[in-house]
Amino acid sequence: MTNDKPPLWRDSRFWNIAGQLTALFLAALVVTVLVSNLNRNLQQLGIQFGFDFLKQQASFDIGETLIAYKPTDTYSLALLVGLINALRVAITGIILTTIVGVLAGVARLSDNWLVRNISLVYVEIFRNTPLLLQLLFWYFAVFLGFPKADNKISLWGLIGLSQNGIELPWFTLSPEFSALLLGLTFYTGAFIAEIVRGGIGSVSKGQWEAARSLGLKPGLIMRLVIFPQALRVIIPPLTSQYLNLTKNSSLAIAIGYPDIYFVASTTFNQTGRAVEVMLLLMLTYLALSLTISLIMNAFNRTVQIKER
Amino acid sequence: MTKLTWLRKNLFNTWYNSALTVICFVLLFRALQGAVVWATTKAQWAVVQINLPLFLVGRFPQTEYWRVWVVLAIAFSLAAITAVVFLGKQRFAGFIKLVAPWLSLIWVLSFPVILWLIGGGFGLRPVSSNLWNGLLLTLFMAAISIVLSFPIGVLLALGRTSKLPVIRWFSILYIEIIRGVPLIGILFLAQVMLPLLLPTDFRLDRVLRAIAGLVLFSAAYMAENVRGGLQSVSRGQVEAAKALGLNTFFVILLIVLPQALRAVIPAIVGQFIGLFKDTSLLSLVGLVELTGISRSILAQPQFIGRYAETYLFVGLIYWLFCYLMSLASRRLEKQLNN
Repeated sequence: MTNDKPPLWRDSRFWNIAGQLTALFLAALVVTVLVSNLNRNLQQLGIQFGFDFLKQQASFDIGETLIAYKPTDTYSLALLVGLINALRVAITGIILTTIVGVLAGVARLSDNWLVRNISLVYVEIFRNTPLLLQLLFWYFAVFLGFPKADNKISLWGLIGLSQNGIELPWFTLSPEFSALLLGLTFYTGAFIAEIVRGGIGSVSKGQWEAARSLGLKPGLIMRLVIFPQALRVIIPPLTSQYLNLTKNSSLAIAIGYPDIYFVASTTFNQTGRAVEVMLLLMLTYLALSLTISLIMNAFNRTVQIKER
Repeated sequence: MTKLTWLRKNLFNTWYNSALTVICFVLLFRALQGAVVWATTKAQWAVVQINLPLFLVGRFPQTEYWRVWVVLAIAFSLAAITAVVFLGKQRFAGFIKLVAPWLSLIWVLSFPVILWLIGGGFGLRPVSSNLWNGLLLTLFMAAISIVLSFPIGVLLALGRTSKLPVIRWFSILYIEIIRGVPLIGILFLAQVMLPLLLPTDFRLDRVLRAIAGLVLFSAAYMAENVRGGLQSVSRGQVEAAKALGLNTFFVILLIVLPQALRAVIPAIVGQFIGLFKDTSLLSLVGLVELTGISRSILAQPQFIGRYAETYLFVGLIYWLFCYLMSLASRRLEKQLNN
């Protein structure tokens, strides 16, 4: 009966296992070569791998901090300050961009011609130019173009605009933070507007008609009938926009807002520890991405249709 | 429909719509008025006029500009031919039949020719890659990165859908790590870490390192786009091909990939638009592409403070390219759905 068994080279299981072993071997080989190169290069530079430098004195100042920090503190504290700054801009950005995006998306479907087209122009302008350029524009052309603090532009006596940033009645936002926040908000908002428009468009026409025949007002139809159903389509791409916003906040370095990337980059410039800084940065952003994904997935589960 | 009924229907159909129209109109009028007053009185457009060649081709030697024009002509005629083939008009049926089978080959062959025209050598005066700046470098980086990331992305997508656990996990790990990290981090990695990871005597120049970074980044997103296409190919196709006796390699190459890739062309155009915008980040790692050159122009003493003019002009260039590409992609999508 041995004849019934196919020869080894005709057995797909053999090839599957052999192929995977080869892949593993090649990957191990590549990693070994790279790591040995890295070791040799680092040795030449006189750097030894390790995270001890985090306990050293940072000796650089950070423009804005939410927790107490002075240049004599350690690198690890400086990085923590950067992380908090990044979180601050990411969280406020996500909230604001959701508002802007939903408003613009709903406006795209308005029966008012002017509103519809203003929203269209907004989306097409902001979606089709690079975020970095928009940030540079907000910071250098808008905020640095404002008058000095003593003759600030006052909007209804509530908001003051000057080179010092945005002055609200209870606190002041620095120009760097304001430019980054506005840039991220309006850029991401343009993408969210398209997602919201697509989501609302995906709700079948019968739902509108049924709601109208029940005698609901247009505003209520939107809030009670259409939007909850559109959310099911909207949330997955919305999550990836939130992730994009968080990752894009690293462009803060272009306008000098001290987020985690900015602080890490300064740390690298001072210590030359490329590998460690890179690892820390990657882990931080992966952790942030994972957190947002988990939260949004949990939220997504609550809006999906529950099949009984 | 007369103008009056149009107005009533589209702008003043209810009281709140009328109020909205009036508010929007006033705000729009004030904004436009402000913009026009600024653009005609306060703005100094000399920064754009004087530096126009710098924005477009950077420090590319003036005597060699004709080479850029030839490249432009090649790119435009190729794009036009591709458009004709994809739109499939009856009038050009003969032409399409003649060209269509060769189209991808022509595209592939045009690449070394364009590289030769820009870089020189073989009888042309060599132009160092330090001198390719401005829009030229932006277009070059975006094009070369998307082309190089395509095969890697396809392999990663196939790896991610593979039944072999080792290969699948490698692909997932790569794709998810790259997608979880900001592009600027990957560009930094490519600029700083690549020289450390390669043998000591092996030096890549700044442009090549930037391309490596963009390709590493773009391949992960390409893989996700292609995976979408792979999922759209129905299982029956694979089963039918297997029943014909094709082995896995040929099933993928001849049956699955052609259908999958056709389905993801619009997504790939979208990714190209994204990559085109993302090349602006190269200015943060020392490359002098469109955004980089506007920063160095703004650093000249005579143009200090002319931020708004410069960034508006550069923004207009980016916008034109992205908008035209997205229009083309929408047309393409319609065409493919038919």
